[in-house]
Amino acid sequence: MGNRAIAEIQFADYIYPAFDQIVNEAAKFRYRSGNQFNCGGLTIRAPYGAVGHGGHYHSQSPEAFFCHVPGIKVVIPRSPRQAKGLLLSCIRDPNPVVFFEPKWLYRLAVEEVPEHDYMLPLSEAEVIRQGSDITLVGWGAQLSVMEQACNEAEKDGISCELIDLKTLLPWDKETVEASVRKTGRVLISHEAPVTGGFGAEISASIVERCFLRLEAPVARVCGLDTPFPLVFEPFYMPTKNKILDAIKATVNY
Amino acid sequence: MTLAWQSVDFPGGKVSYTSEMSFISESSQTRVPCYRVLEDDGDLISDCDFQQVSKEDAVKMYSNMVTLQIMDNIFYEAQRQGRISFYLTSAGEEAISIASAAALSEQDIILPQYREPGVLLWRGFTLQEFADQCFGNKADYGKGRQMPIHYGSKKHNFFTISSPIATQLPQAAGIAYSLKMDNKKACVVSYIGDGGTSEGDFHAGLNFAAVMEAPVIFFCRNNGWAISTNVSEQFRSDGIVVKGRAYGIRSIRVDGNDALAVYSAVSAAREMAINEQRPILIEALTYRVGHHSTSDDSTKYRQLDEIVYWKKARNPVNRFRNWVQNIGWWSEQQETQLRNSVRKQLLEAIQVAEKTEKPPLSELFTDVYDHPPSNLEEQEKHLRETVTRHPKDYPSDISV
Repeated sequence: MGNRAIAEIQFADYIYPAFDQIVNEAAKFRYRSGNQFNCGGLTIRAPYGAVGHGGHYHSQSPEAFFCHVPGIKVVIPRSPRQAKGLLLSCIRDPNPVVFFEPKWLYRLAVEEVPEHDYMLPLSEAEVIRQGSDITLVGWGAQLSVMEQACNEAEKDGISCELIDLKTLLPWDKETVEASVRKTGRVLISHEAPVTGGFGAEISASIVERCFLRLEAPVARVCGLDTPFPLVFEPFYMPTKNKILDAIKATVNY
Repeated sequence: MTLAWQSVDFPGGKVSYTSEMSFISESSQTRVPCYRVLEDDGDLISDCDFQQVSKEDAVKMYSNMVTLQIMDNIFYEAQRQGRISFYLTSAGEEAISIASAAALSEQDIILPQYREPGVLLWRGFTLQEFADQCFGNKADYGKGRQMPIHYGSKKHNFFTISSPIATQLPQAAGIAYSLKMDNKKACVVSYIGDGGTSEGDFHAGLNFAAVMEAPVIFFCRNNGWAISTNVSEQFRSDGIVVKGRAYGIRSIRVDGNDALAVYSAVSAAREMAINEQRPILIEALTYRVGHHSTSDDSTKYRQLDEIVYWKKARNPVNRFRNWVQNIGWWSEQQETQLRNSVRKQLLEAIQVAEKTEKPPLSELFTDVYDHPPSNLEEQEKHLRETVTRHPKDYPSDISV
């Protein structure tokens, strides 16, 4: 209809009543109509992820459910500057987009954000730290945890390359593969439970395309396969040390 | 010209014809009146129609309302002090939860939203049990997994609270249907706020209950605010009571700040629900005096003098106190004694809850299913190794 709609879901944990509309309608609007109609003016923003005391219903990372739906895009920024540029791209993208914002960073992140209009490209991953021994892939708030692990690994002589995927659907396989071809090792980390998490898709794809280059199994350091617990949150989370242990295990495989 | 005697069959039954085209108005001339028994000052309205309450019940109701009020104040402060991570109050709605609970039997099953701890309090949940859940310690029946105020108690027939809105309504219809299948002399009571009636599950829950002829009371606390959304932005209907007829559900609007009116309405609704095997909708008009929760500051979206007015002039606890005192069932002395005693018990309960150990690490992995599958056993093993390697990453009050 020519107008744009930006819907906000207060917490990603509450997005599920909209799942039918997103999956069965928004994602298929263009395809089913033979491109007569489209739903590109739609952007849905929702805060996601751990916040320290959110429990089952204020901490979820539901990105994997949405990455399984051809027809929508899924985008997750790691910082304020990224959030502005990516969100503007999402709003202007001619496809429906689900934009998950890491709520942990709402009060924590401090960054210089340009006041002018700028857009950051979708479906382009960014190498935010160069390295040669292992490739780490992540998104959102988890990247800063991974960065800390990379810093400590460096003290042990391990050179880590860190990639911010930014767009999970459609994701930038080329950048990740190029990195894996360089390092021969990959570790994926996300807060969402490990089973069926988006790390599984990345792992399967890398194994398909880089099998002979791999020096070690693909590692995943993720949330546990439980509902997000309140008092046990520190145990549930993929911490810097869990990541560091996995980096070492992978490098020493 | 109306040809009223001519009717025809359609799926759904006979309907008579009219050749006069008229639309049913979007609203009725007058709003559905609100049932009340007590004046604002607590005087009983003369010649009113109500269910008499025994002295014992009235005193228990009043004491519980005071206890709820004090509990709310003290736990709210505890959150402000950083001792618990979250809290939300029932301020202004004490009559609703206590009086509705008082009209039910212990066999009636409660499916709450989250602003009805008064129902649990009435049924005998102790201040210690409330505190234990808020502190997420090992005495919490929920085993420390959920945020504070997400109480649940099987022995009190009070299903565990979840944060999502209105999800309890279709469940209530189903549970009521189960009671119906088993011929139980009991009903389900499910609570919802004004905001929750905009959810799809409100439609599903009410429609199913009506079609299945299930014995469930849907109790809507219309307190004027859904976090920062005022009712004027929530719906264009005359509140929620008028929606009942749309589902074929018998409904009543009641003054939620009048404990006796709530008690009477719920008593009558319960009888109908069980004896006639049908759902009932009750809309209780009230006001949310407190902020939505400790994560909210409602002065940002509503006038301070509106809040103060409802807190002082339309206070359900004071109103009921006046009635209970005027009949000679309550005194100033009892008031002072009660408030001091409750305050003392609460502070003690909090101290005990704070010192009680958290649940052990094994409880992170139990109850995902009835028995843990192999992936969870593996993850627990791996986690324990991690904790041994990096103990400083983990809180010391959780035993491994």
